[in-house]
Amino acid sequence: MGNVLTIILQRLALGALTLLIVSIVIFVAVNLLPGDFAQNILGQGATPEAVASIRKDLGLDQPPVTRYFDWLGGVLRGDLGSSFAQANFASFTGTDSGAKTVADQIAPRFANTMFLAMVTAIIAVPLSITLGVLAALYRNSVFDRAANITTLSSISSPEFFLAYILILFLAVLNPILPSLSNIYDGMAFSERLQKSLLPALTLTLVVTAHMMRMTRAAIINLLASPYIEMARLKGLSPMRVIVKHALPNALAPIINVIALNLAYLITGVVVVEVVFVYPGIGQLFVDSVKIRDIPVVQACCLIFAAAYILLNLTADIMSILSNPRLRHPK
Amino acid sequence: MILWIIAALVGMGALAWGFRFAGQAATGNAPKFRDMPYGVAYGYVLGAVVLLWLIWAYMQGRSSDPAIANKFFFLRIAIEGFIIFAIAAWLFRLLGCAVGTAWSRKMFRSMPLTASFGILTILIYAILAIFAPAFAPYGQEQIIPGVAANIVPGGDVALGGNPEFPLGTDQIGRDIMSRLIYGAQNTVGIAFATTLLAFLLGGTFGFLAATLGGWLDQILSRLVDVLMAIPSLIFALLLMTIASVWAPQLGIPLTVFMVVIIAVIDSTRVFRLARAVGQNIVVMDYIEAAKLRGEGLGYLVFKEILPNATAPLLAEFGLRFCFVFLTIAALSFLGVGIQPPLADWGTMVRDLGGFVNYAQFAPLAATAPLLAAGAIALLTVAVNFVVDWMLHKSSGLKE
Repeated sequence: MGNVLTIILQRLALGALTLLIVSIVIFVAVNLLPGDFAQNILGQGATPEAVASIRKDLGLDQPPVTRYFDWLGGVLRGDLGSSFAQANFASFTGTDSGAKTVADQIAPRFANTMFLAMVTAIIAVPLSITLGVLAALYRNSVFDRAANITTLSSISSPEFFLAYILILFLAVLNPILPSLSNIYDGMAFSERLQKSLLPALTLTLVVTAHMMRMTRAAIINLLASPYIEMARLKGLSPMRVIVKHALPNALAPIINVIALNLAYLITGVVVVEVVFVYPGIGQLFVDSVKIRDIPVVQACCLIFAAAYILLNLTADIMSILSNPRLRHPK
Repeated sequence: MILWIIAALVGMGALAWGFRFAGQAATGNAPKFRDMPYGVAYGYVLGAVVLLWLIWAYMQGRSSDPAIANKFFFLRIAIEGFIIFAIAAWLFRLLGCAVGTAWSRKMFRSMPLTASFGILTILIYAILAIFAPAFAPYGQEQIIPGVAANIVPGGDVALGGNPEFPLGTDQIGRDIMSRLIYGAQNTVGIAFATTLLAFLLGGTFGFLAATLGGWLDQILSRLVDVLMAIPSLIFALLLMTIASVWAPQLGIPLTVFMVVIIAVIDSTRVFRLARAVGQNIVVMDYIEAAKLRGEGLGYLVFKEILPNATAPLLAEFGLRFCFVFLTIAALSFLGVGIQPPLADWGTMVRDLGGFVNYAQFAPLAATAPLLAAGAIALLTVAVNFVVDWMLHKSSGLKE
């Protein structure tokens, strides 16, 4: 067991290192911007004193390396800096306008996005495994082919196409679900669920295909093994052979692909949140990109990358845990 | 609503049992029905019910009462489209079987209908994209005065349409059909160029890393690892933010930046594949022989490795094209991709998307955004069908 623990710790350290390098990449990328915020906000006719004052206020007068470590230290303490768009320039006006920090802006939206991802996972994972098992059971039948074509089409359509199709059929032509997900604090759980169901369904369509195809392939891979032959010869029903004998051994690649798809959800969530005006982190990210609010863009990017790396790491660790050959490397 | 669905499912369960029992009785317990698991019987009934419902919905869509017909209008169009596409694909396969060289005829004979549909669609897109100016009745940037925001397609004057603009005009008076056709040129063309650039970058560096190995391989691989640790759409959005500031200062169009950014991000995936494929080839005996002959690096990469790596790279090209195409569409949809006045499908969906909400009263109003989004979906689906078939054929997976 100690061996497994070291492997996990190794992977975690590697993940942390990757995240550190990613943070450097993000920081460098952002610092490629010409000019700086102080000049941009004050315009052409700004006096040098005013520019210097705002620079000092935002910490832009420090050399890049110092700023990077300031930012990184802040991130580790949970302080993501203050949003440029909502900066209050306390030293300038003398009063505190009660502007929000980036962390304040992101926290509730992050919770919303997590809620959406969770609802999606709860729908998509059982659905795709059931469909995958059924497709493996009735392989090369009409059902298998129909499922194959449908999932291939849904995975290769852009998210906004699926979103508009769902809006058209489930919100406009048959008003079952609301097409706008205006979520706010203190909303009843059922109402919240109802409002985020349409974006969750869109995301489900996006990720189900891959998971289902992997489940099917993983099970079919095993069907040629001798122990499956044995189970068949014992006279077990095909359903029982697959669910009790093949599925447990196919779980490793399936869990792996589920984790990878949850990581994919993080990218998909941006477009879907914009279509449904869902107040999540993806929407905030796109809005900040448009107004070039650098601290928010930086923070969102880092959070997305961290979640992505963490989920990939989980997939990695899961596959090591479930495969004895990887657990004891030569 | 949910109660109705549960009741229908239970009813179908009973029907499935009855269907199997009737089958057993009618055929004198033939093996097909005797050994039929309950799940299969249920599947048959479910399929029959879905088919019946589709026929019923289609009839509803042709109903003379506009309130009912409107509700099923899109389903009707979808069903008609599906049947037309299926027939077109079937005819295309027949045509392919009849004309052409022996090799191409053999290929068409073994082709599934989905693949022939894919090839037909890609051909149509290519023709539309190349000859866009010949097909489009108006220019893509041409603003026709006095006809703004008439999105009623069909040109039916009674419904408020304008017969001069078959698909209507957008919010500032540009012909939607022309913009859709030019969109094929811009969106597909830019995506194609980006994919080519990504393959040039990723393929070259991947093969170099595989052939030379050593520190170059280490540096490139670690760099790619870091770039791949950031979700690609997020990274693209971050870099596009920065590019949008640089673009006006340098006087280079933002679209050029986008092509380069997406190509670099996507070349990491190509690099991985090219390196893996290249490493498998580099250890072959004929490479050793070529090295002993004293051939240079260029000869090794282009004359020895590249021809042997074409098949996996070609399949990857199709998949990569889909990803690049979808990324560009997503960026344009979010408003940071291909910039106006260039006509582009992603931007059109964003601009006209709000009209979907009027579909209940005038179903035709929703066609423009759906057509643009559907054009994107149709091409990626077609490419995926072809790639799926190619992979299936080359892997020899028959089961």
